[in-house]
Amino acid sequence: MKAKKTLKIVMDSDGIERCLTRIAYEILEKNKGMDELVIVGIRTGGVYLAQRLQKKISAIEGREIPLGMLDITLYRDDIAKAGKTSPPGKTDIPFDLADKKVVLVDDVLFTGRTIRAAMDALIDFGRPKMIQLAVLIDRGHRELPIRADFVGKNLPSSLWEEVSVNLYEKNGTDEVVIVEEK
Amino acid sequence: MIKLAKKDILGIQEMTTEEITLILDTAESFLEISTREIKKVPTLRGKSVINLFYEASTRTRTSFELAGKRLSADTINISASTSSVVKGETLIDTARNLEAMNPDIIVIRHSAAGAPHLLAGLVRQSIINAGDGAHEHPSQALLDMLTIREKKGKIAGLKVAIIGDIAHSRVARSNIYGLSKMGAEVVVAGPPTMLPREVDKLGVRAYTKLEEAVTDADVVMMLRIQLERERQNIFPSLREYARHYCLNRLNLGLAKKDVIVMHPGPINRGVEISPDIADDPSCSVILNQVNNGVAVRMALLYLLTGGGQ
Repeated sequence: MKAKKTLKIVMDSDGIERCLTRIAYEILEKNKGMDELVIVGIRTGGVYLAQRLQKKISAIEGREIPLGMLDITLYRDDIAKAGKTSPPGKTDIPFDLADKKVVLVDDVLFTGRTIRAAMDALIDFGRPKMIQLAVLIDRGHRELPIRADFVGKNLPSSLWEEVSVNLYEKNGTDEVVIVEEK
Repeated sequence: MIKLAKKDILGIQEMTTEEITLILDTAESFLEISTREIKKVPTLRGKSVINLFYEASTRTRTSFELAGKRLSADTINISASTSSVVKGETLIDTARNLEAMNPDIIVIRHSAAGAPHLLAGLVRQSIINAGDGAHEHPSQALLDMLTIREKKGKIAGLKVAIIGDIAHSRVARSNIYGLSKMGAEVVVAGPPTMLPREVDKLGVRAYTKLEEAVTDADVVMMLRIQLERERQNIFPSLREYARHYCLNRLNLGLAKKDVIVMHPGPINRGVEISPDIADDPSCSVILNQVNNGVAVRMALLYLLTGGGQ
């Protein structure tokens, strides 16, 4: 792996916390509570964010909101080209999706191809009533007609920049940074 | 980064521990797909897999077929009895003709050891060995290792006893290679006529008494007595074999308390394993093996069709 150089810190730990708190309230506001509502995080970054959102929403409403995790490797449209370098992760959706309102959670929304794959994967599990999308960062450059319902921060970026969301659970630190390959 | 830098899956002997671990990890992720209501993912859409079976098979062929179908590949089954083999076509000619139809993977079972290796050098497609003579049966060993890892949480450090016709068993050979590589202690037992010559060269301890091998074992793997070979006079009678080498309550008591019992199937009840052991869910994992088989074969198809190699 090539070394990466951090160009700019876009969001720090407090910033991420505040964004997630706001998104948690927005999700509840838009859905008028948490009836029939479930959260599904996309591996790997989205899962950690989904877990944090689950805690926040459950704390606000006083009862636990169901949480699932989704690995989209098998649904990627570039699977024949991209060499398979690591085994696909596990998908774990321990509840019936039929007629549920699903909030998909991912860290960065970029081309939209991951979300397309995630929606195909979800629909293989049942027919959700509705799928909504929550992302921490929307960096633009969409290649498919997809938009997020809940956005932490819009971050206009260049194609040669890489936006990376570091999370405590994965990298030991909470921050959103713009990096470039050295 | 690890990846399967192979065109073919011919045997466990040529595999590294990293490759075995990659296959098992991948298979573990695939287990969940078979529990869904819609048991299908679109990953191998447009790929074709030919199952070329020159020997009888229920489990392996069905398992490879389901594995392909659950990944959305098109699978075609050819069995020797209904193909041009009966008209005298040679294996090489059959393979060349299949190659011309552009499949992506050919899965082959053949009674001659080395048949898959012959094809691998001959055609561009990936070849998976689904059993060649008494040589190797890699997907069986992989699903056995997945089952052991699932039940015991590890492979390294376990004592695994393989009992039966070691000499004629491709399942035994692949498992001996694989389990030894993964750090297990493998012992085998069988009548002297069923132990391969120079068995110690495989890196295992060999016994002629079942009890000696089973003592303190974490895993007991029973092999099928290959009734089709009985006429070769390797043992006097089934009944005599069963008296000495049938796994029952009494001799299984010598193993560890939490021992698991495996069998590659099809089982000869009362010959190599007594029915009450085979059907006892507290120790028998025979049906878990079958379930894991589909996931392991999905992993093989998936890893072999990866681009960028």
